[in-house]
Amino acid sequence: MSEKKWPETWQEVNPGCMVFRPGSAAAYHTGSWRAMRPIWDNVKCIKCGVCYIYCPEGCVTEDADGFFEANLDYCKGCGICAHECWPGAIKMVNEED
Amino acid sequence: MGKRVGMEVAIAAAEAAALCKFDVASVYPITPQSHVAEHLADIVNDGRVDASFITVESEHSALSSAMGASATGARVVTATSSQGLLYMGEVMPITSSMRLPIVMLIANRAISGPINIWNDHSDIMPMRDTGWISFFAENGQEVVDMTIQAFRVGEDRRVMLPVNVNMDGFQLPHMVEPIFFPDQEEVDRFLPEYVPYATLHPDRPVSMGTLGMPEIYAEAQKAKDVAVVNSIKVVKEVWKEWEKLFGRKYEPIQSYRTRDADVALVTMGSMGETAEIAVDALRKQGVKAGLLKIKLWRPFPFAELKKAVKGIRVLAVTDRACSFGGPGGPVCSEIRSALYEESVRPAIVNYLIGLGGRDVQAEDFMEMVRRAAKGKLSEPYEFYGVRG
Amino acid sequence: MNTAMNHPKSIIENFDLYAPKLVSKEEFFSPGHRACQGCGEALAIRLMCKALGKDTVITNATGCMEVISSLYPTTAWTLPWIHVAFPNAAAVGSGVEAGLTALRRKGKIADRRVKSVAIGGDGGTMDIGFQALSGAMERGHDMLYVCFDNEAYMNTGIQRSSGTPFLASTSTAPAGKKIPGNQVWKKNMAEIMVAHNLPYVATASPSYPLDFMKKVKKARRIKGPSYIHCLVTCPTGWRSASETCIKLGRLSLETGIFPLYEVEDGKYRLTVEVPEKRRPVQDYVKGQGRFRHLTPDQIQVIQERVDIEWETLMIKVNCSKSREELRAVREK
Repeated sequence: MSEKKWPETWQEVNPGCMVFRPGSAAAYHTGSWRAMRPIWDNVKCIKCGVCYIYCPEGCVTEDADGFFEANLDYCKGCGICAHECWPGAIKMVNEED
Repeated sequence: MGKRVGMEVAIAAAEAAALCKFDVASVYPITPQSHVAEHLADIVNDGRVDASFITVESEHSALSSAMGASATGARVVTATSSQGLLYMGEVMPITSSMRLPIVMLIANRAISGPINIWNDHSDIMPMRDTGWISFFAENGQEVVDMTIQAFRVGEDRRVMLPVNVNMDGFQLPHMVEPIFFPDQEEVDRFLPEYVPYATLHPDRPVSMGTLGMPEIYAEAQKAKDVAVVNSIKVVKEVWKEWEKLFGRKYEPIQSYRTRDADVALVTMGSMGETAEIAVDALRKQGVKAGLLKIKLWRPFPFAELKKAVKGIRVLAVTDRACSFGGPGGPVCSEIRSALYEESVRPAIVNYLIGLGGRDVQAEDFMEMVRRAAKGKLSEPYEFYGVRG
Repeated sequence: MNTAMNHPKSIIENFDLYAPKLVSKEEFFSPGHRACQGCGEALAIRLMCKALGKDTVITNATGCMEVISSLYPTTAWTLPWIHVAFPNAAAVGSGVEAGLTALRRKGKIADRRVKSVAIGGDGGTMDIGFQALSGAMERGHDMLYVCFDNEAYMNTGIQRSSGTPFLASTSTAPAGKKIPGNQVWKKNMAEIMVAHNLPYVATASPSYPLDFMKKVKKARRIKGPSYIHCLVTCPTGWRSASETCIKLGRLSLETGIFPLYEVEDGKYRLTVEVPEKRRPVQDYVKGQGRFRHLTPDQIQVIQERVDIEWETLMIKVNCSKSREELRAVREK
């Protein structure tokens, strides 16, 4: 479905305010909320996927080599991945650094 | 071409829903609606309609589960009364906002307190502004016809709104009346299979009931209002078609002997028939009485009302509910505001009658007309016949 | 600061090390949702959806998850989703089930099973939605209800619910000079659901994602009503650091405060092992601002209650029999 201009006029509002674009919340980038971001050290990474499974945003993905990274468009910088990373391969750094 | 049977109106209402081949009924029993609920269950459990009957634990859940089922694309019927309707109150405006064409049969009953199981309109009036289309039936035949019409109107893609069919508790559902039933084939032709606008199904995921921020809420409300306002065109169109098919005429406001009327009563619901008797008796006495019967309460038929009151000197508007501390009865306040802009308009008096099942007889209506002839009562609105 | 360094090991207890990698990468709850940093509930929803898969309809009670996921004109959901009001998710979900069942039977929709799943927070489940839930479960709809319990009305500003723990400070049961927080014990919702004779009831936590997902899958398979009570960390309401979300869930288990078990056909079973020597309640409460005011004596009162509840549960785990087993005994 094509994007409508926003905000809509009353004629354009979908009946019942239904939304027909599944997953369209992804258009909003929560990454701007972040104060710290996770950095992976792939030397320490054992590719277990704990960071992937525990991410509330579902923004940690596996790359072709089996390592993981966060999509910084969405990462809110909660720090769960770094806290849970068993071998300590992830550290949180200040956005400014 | 149909058949004429003597039948209790509550049962007839359920039979009318059966002719519409509902998919889901979700009903919680309450006096005086219970026979509707029971008979819908009979119909489902006897396999006469292939449907699910949800024996919900409350009216709130009755309408809620009706909404869930309707959102999957099912044709859904529910029914309630009085406190049950108030208990549904939270869900009522959401049903219309989500554009789910559920049909609700309401056996109108007074609301507590004191607790009272008999008929008036104090249950539907607080629901007036929830965005439902509201039909008011005068007799059993109208209950049956309006139930079938309700599905057709509500499901129309130009409408997509829930519809309630109001029948005066006990006065209608508990009476045995002669009723014409259309054949199944006739109903099937009149009411095609429901084609929903959107449904909850993984093949085409949709999110329903989303959050509206201030920047969109007002637009959503306007869109809903326009939908309700415009639905009158479809209501009238469907009623015309009904008249053509079945010969029974429906109008938003039905006039009775008003052509040369000096004073006209206004009623809504089953009291129209008693008022007709009063008008006839008055006419015999040389009093130029008339009667306006409101059949469509929402959307309110402004244009039809203006047309119907032409030439009438005094309107005696009867209300079956009180707007406490307000302008009297809700029907009267609606009519007053509808006619305010008219350069020539009738004087309007307001009687609150038949509250909590209080009997109103033809003589009472005659008395109301006689006293209304002055164009003014001693009070802005009068609790007719109240002692003290 | 690498927080992992400060909290080493123990993390992989009860955790098949490489199992997360094998979990379906398909997401049904998209990023861009507005949940707070480190929201345990958003995580639990994401995991639940993975376990449920495509053929699911979600009914959401009003609450955080509805608000953060459905800001018109967008949605975080890729599953069909409906929200109506606060108290009626179970009722709406039961209607969804009835509608789908009737339409499938009548050949009006595709002939395959689509599961109705209703979700709500502790307020929407244990308080205002309690009656609708009891009704929907009692009627035997083929539906799953998942309560995401973060132990207060977080969406409206951390007010006390019947899921709030004893002595926790909330905005309507604050730790005052005279009354130190919530004065009653948390309602045991899972037990109430067991009393509805459901074929499947379980407790769960996103800190144990594989256990949680296994339970969701099991509940999904059951043709009938099932209930999962999922304890989720709310960093905002619990006043805990966002990165400790998972750790707090783990501590709730290791202290015995929130054991993970399932009740299948009446038989209780612990699904995640609790250490022989349970950790003291103190370990769980210390990282949470909502318990900051507690005195050692008050913590001791909580400890005693937790011990008793734990023993009560153990009696059920050790002695309960499924109805199937009881039938077999009778036949002998």
